[in-house]
Amino acid sequence: MIKIMAIRERLSGNEAVAYAIKQINPDVMPAFPITPSTEIPQYVANYIANGEIDTEFIHVESEHSAMSATVGASAAGARAVTATSSCGMALMWEELYVAASNRLPIVLALVNRALSGPININADHSDSMGARDSGWIQIYAESNQEVYDNFLQAYPIAENEKVHLPVMVCQDGFITSHGVENIYLVEDEKVKDFVGEYNPKHYLLNTEEKLAVGPYAVSCYYMETKRGQRQAMIEARQVILDVAARFEKMTGRKYGFFEEYQMEDAEYAVVLIGSAAGTCKAAIDHIRSTSGKKVGLIKIRVFRPFPEEELAKALSKVKAVAIMDRSEMFSATSGPLGAEVRAAMYQARCTADTVNYFYGLGGRDITVPDFEQVYDKLETLAETHTIMDMYTYIGLRDQQTKED
Amino acid sequence: MKDTMEIRWHGRGGQGAKTAALLLADVAFKTGKYVQGFPEYGPERMGAPITAYNRISSSPITVHSNIYEPDYVVVVDESLLESIDVTKGLKEGGAVIINSERTKEELAPYLHGYKGAVYTVNAKQISLKALGKNYPNSPMLAAAVAVSNVMDRNEFLKEMKTSFQHKFAKKPEVIEGNMRALKMAFDEAC
Repeated sequence: MIKIMAIRERLSGNEAVAYAIKQINPDVMPAFPITPSTEIPQYVANYIANGEIDTEFIHVESEHSAMSATVGASAAGARAVTATSSCGMALMWEELYVAASNRLPIVLALVNRALSGPININADHSDSMGARDSGWIQIYAESNQEVYDNFLQAYPIAENEKVHLPVMVCQDGFITSHGVENIYLVEDEKVKDFVGEYNPKHYLLNTEEKLAVGPYAVSCYYMETKRGQRQAMIEARQVILDVAARFEKMTGRKYGFFEEYQMEDAEYAVVLIGSAAGTCKAAIDHIRSTSGKKVGLIKIRVFRPFPEEELAKALSKVKAVAIMDRSEMFSATSGPLGAEVRAAMYQARCTADTVNYFYGLGGRDITVPDFEQVYDKLETLAETHTIMDMYTYIGLRDQQTKED
Repeated sequence: MKDTMEIRWHGRGGQGAKTAALLLADVAFKTGKYVQGFPEYGPERMGAPITAYNRISSSPITVHSNIYEPDYVVVVDESLLESIDVTKGLKEGGAVIINSERTKEELAPYLHGYKGAVYTVNAKQISLKALGKNYPNSPMLAAAVAVSNVMDRNEFLKEMKTSFQHKFAKKPEVIEGNMRALKMAFDEAC
């Protein structure tokens, strides 16, 4: 057994990401401030001003320009990074697709926040879920530790020859971005070895090879480009697992497409994304130690590429599943995670009853007792097979509950 | 969860309640604990009520919700007593610590019949005496540590001195005053 050294620290999620950027020392960071991601470029700018790293920071006048400059830097052959949230990412929309279709291995530190309106600064997945079809790999975190670890793994995934796709490293606004928690950091030298140098095969500043990036694609090319992006997403699956295995060797911390918590014998399962997973784990521990009910959790880490087969397998033995979405998509059937999980289960002939919840929109808090209720309702659902609504809400105020 | 101490801070934007919560997380971390320190913002502006939270435990903390049944409540701005029930959910075995020059008896009407311990700390007076300015958060932090007994006096003061030396590296002249404020508040709350 190799003794794994680590640096014990306490950092906010934003500090952790900024620290990871410092350790990686990317070539270029164009960024525009927006709450709650503002601290990331702010801390990085400090590292640069103090001469700790030599990243070229580009002050831009909007997020549209931030992503444009990031795309330009990456196309030129640089390792590029940016950070944003909410409406900032909405303003990057056009360039998100440009980055992905040009196969640029950019990393975006996204601090999830509700999209306007009404205007709201708190945690909600509507920004990244809206961008789920843009062709970016999306990796989500439960804790500060996870967002740091995910960030270190992002470039080795993005820059892999078989992948060459941009990666969005997501964390929940305020809950982890501004919350200070214990964290273990990896030593600088190990990070450098793990992430490695970026040596692109094709890049604009290579005078030996002339190329165009982002030319017009007529109908006889566009569809093949999309199929190519899909192939990269398919290839990304194995690369994500390989990088995670290498990371585990270095740190002892294990990652996959999703985390299974108490799922070995689980009869009732919750599937969700992000920081609420930790609260759900506390509820599971409490339920199992008091009533002995077999409850478990699947926390999605990688939403793009979506691990449908693996997920359906993990849910094949449960009696009932609650799929919980932290963003609204106004579908008649479900939220974005609900739609994906149900489709995966249907294809695999999973017969468990399902219910889709909306929770935590615009930062609405979700608590241990909320999760205990979810598991209670799952038990009833499994016993009665009574068809519930396709979706329902947690913590929504109505005329009966006027408390604010 | 049983060994987790939970603290809720009430203040107004700009008074440093969030900073105090983060400093408490900091010093508890240095004594080997697992910690959380996090703010809950309403509208982002000076003077608006804000809440901040701490969890301190000897085992890893996974819960990411706000705190509804705290062991301790710290009120940095007593004007909030009129609009917020600061004792809501507060455990009877715990305590509420209020920055005020008024007595416990005078504050009782605002505490909604809370049966646990009530401490008052005149943080304004302490801060004016020690620093010459009204920065109530340092004295309230010391009072919170003294009442909750999260660590002993010497350990706390030692860690805070290191923190201040780092935080005020460019204005070392304020370190001594801040340390004096901490000691005065710690002893007043004991």
